Amino acid sequence: MAGIQLSNVRKQFGTVEVIRGVDIDVEDGEFVVFVGPSGCGKSTLLRLIAGLEDISSGELRIGGRVVNDLQPKERGVAMVFQSYAIFPHMTVRENIAFGLTIRKESKSVVEQKVAEAARMLQMENLLDRRPSQLSGGQRQRVAIGRAVVRDPSVFLFDEPLSNLDAALRMSTRQEIATLHSQLKTTMIYVTHDQVEAMTLADKIVVLRDGEVMQAGAPMDLYHSPANLFVAGFLGAPSMNFIAVSVENADAKEVRVSGPAISGVAVKTGERSYTTGQNATLGIRPQQLRPMSDGTGPLNGTVILTERLGSETIVDVRLNSNDSIVAALPEDTILHPGDAVSFDFDPAHAHLFDETL
Amino acid sequence: MTLERKTRLIGLYLFLGFIACIFVLPIIFMVMSSFKPDLQLLSDSSSLRAFLPVGDIGVDNYRDAFSRAPVGLFIFNSVFITATTLVLSLFLASIAAFSFVFIEWRGKSVVLAIIIATYILPFETVAVPLLLLVNNLPWLSTEGVTWGWLNSYQVQIVPWIIRALEIFLFVQYFRDLPRDLVESARVEGASWFQVYRRVVMPLSGPVIATVAILKFLEMYNNQFIWPIMVVQEEGLRPIMVGLLYFFQLNTAWGEIMAYLTIITVPVLAFYLVLQRAFIASIASTGVKG
Repeated sequence: MAGIQLSNVRKQFGTVEVIRGVDIDVEDGEFVVFVGPSGCGKSTLLRLIAGLEDISSGELRIGGRVVNDLQPKERGVAMVFQSYAIFPHMTVRENIAFGLTIRKESKSVVEQKVAEAARMLQMENLLDRRPSQLSGGQRQRVAIGRAVVRDPSVFLFDEPLSNLDAALRMSTRQEIATLHSQLKTTMIYVTHDQVEAMTLADKIVVLRDGEVMQAGAPMDLYHSPANLFVAGFLGAPSMNFIAVSVENADAKEVRVSGPAISGVAVKTGERSYTTGQNATLGIRPQQLRPMSDGTGPLNGTVILTERLGSETIVDVRLNSNDSIVAALPEDTILHPGDAVSFDFDPAHAHLFDETL
Repeated sequence: MTLERKTRLIGLYLFLGFIACIFVLPIIFMVMSSFKPDLQLLSDSSSLRAFLPVGDIGVDNYRDAFSRAPVGLFIFNSVFITATTLVLSLFLASIAAFSFVFIEWRGKSVVLAIIIATYILPFETVAVPLLLLVNNLPWLSTEGVTWGWLNSYQVQIVPWIIRALEIFLFVQYFRDLPRDLVESARVEGASWFQVYRRVVMPLSGPVIATVAILKFLEMYNNQFIWPIMVVQEEGLRPIMVGLLYFFQLNTAWGEIMAYLTIITVPVLAFYLVLQRAFIASIASTGVKG
């Protein structure tokens, strides 16, 4: 068991800096998810922690010990790869036992630990098969089993569910959550899927272009995104953004208007605004309420409806020509071309001092 | 099957049969001739009888070949030199390639480029400098340190252990192996050598077979000029130098055929064992054998 601290960690490939001064504090036993779009550096960050890449500058501590210059095997980490990376020429048993045999554990210890892991991951009957005889989900369980038997102080997962189909992804996600609650080991999990991030994490770290955009508990990030990027990245469908300008600002409340909307009073949070400043208003699709009498502040025409079963997603072109998305109850029936009007609770709207 | 398809297939097989004949007939000629006396061999060679076991058939050529030259010793020398070179070559070329592909070190691409560039140098250009070099190298034996490698096994082995081609073939193959396998083995705690031995080499059967066959042919079939340059002692000569024994005064064609037949057997045996892996390797790496 070990906490992990990254202090001003940087990584350069040639002249390109892909990790730009990252500070992250992972507590012992915490489940941390690195999330961000492709190319944001999240996998590189994981590989830096694993020791598969050298850190260009900054400091990395695992369990209080600086590990910048240590080999992967000296760091006490186990890693599960997106491609599973199980050895095709070995049986499941040999794959799971690999790390133990490398450490020259006694035969009885190896057998006992492999059996334990196999039971935990329900694959006792697969132990003598070769990876080529396994399905994708089973292969991923072998990879997890190989990580578990070594009792690492940190688990690293690099997009472990990306190659699985939707149903399997959900069940494996639950297995990983169960695994964490059983082992209580520090886990770092990389994904571009915000659903995985929201459901698994004790703490989410949102990355963009090699920088941390925001880190915190999933619901804190969801309710109080620090910037437009985090606001747009977390939550499905994405938050709606509407360009506004500040009409009137005081310490607690800001009154904003724009082409799409007029005279809405929003709480400012920690940011301060000046009159006339351009800003962006963010409203989650779930916060929009259709007004049958057409009296809402947002008015437009339905472009597309998608009925997902549990809810209905409606794409709307506002009269100001902005596009927004609303997530409405499943029984909402709207057709393309219908005129709609939406209201929302300003208490649940977000104001950002960035412009689109 | 349509008539057109049938005709095409028949045509294809005739063509393939023709190509196969071009390769097989010389071998049949060699084997058949090895059983014939010289006069009949020469008169048969202008007709189809050259490929048939007809006329005065006997094993005299084999008996005479063994009495003219120490055939068994030459075969032993060649097999020993070939096997030793082969094992060392597979080990050193693969471990060099492993370092080029999987381990990060400064300047490795330049070093690899230089190594591969040496492949364009034909042996003839380095033969004389190499001779001068090996003549001044030390060797540790039961007699203590001796200088000069002439008239030894090592002079026939060491200069041939690694050539650029073997390293290149391994590099190409290793580059296609999934990197995640190596990295996961590293995270699991394996040292570089353990990664090499337990993960990379077990997955490299096809390229090992390719390099083994190329090296075998190079060492067993083509060692001629170099042994003549560096070995004067009969007891250390390889098979190809032994061939010269049959060209003295009168060329003994029948004995030559018998000698060639005997020394071909190990080649065929080696090829048959590795054939499947060899073909798989050519098909998968796209490298010409």
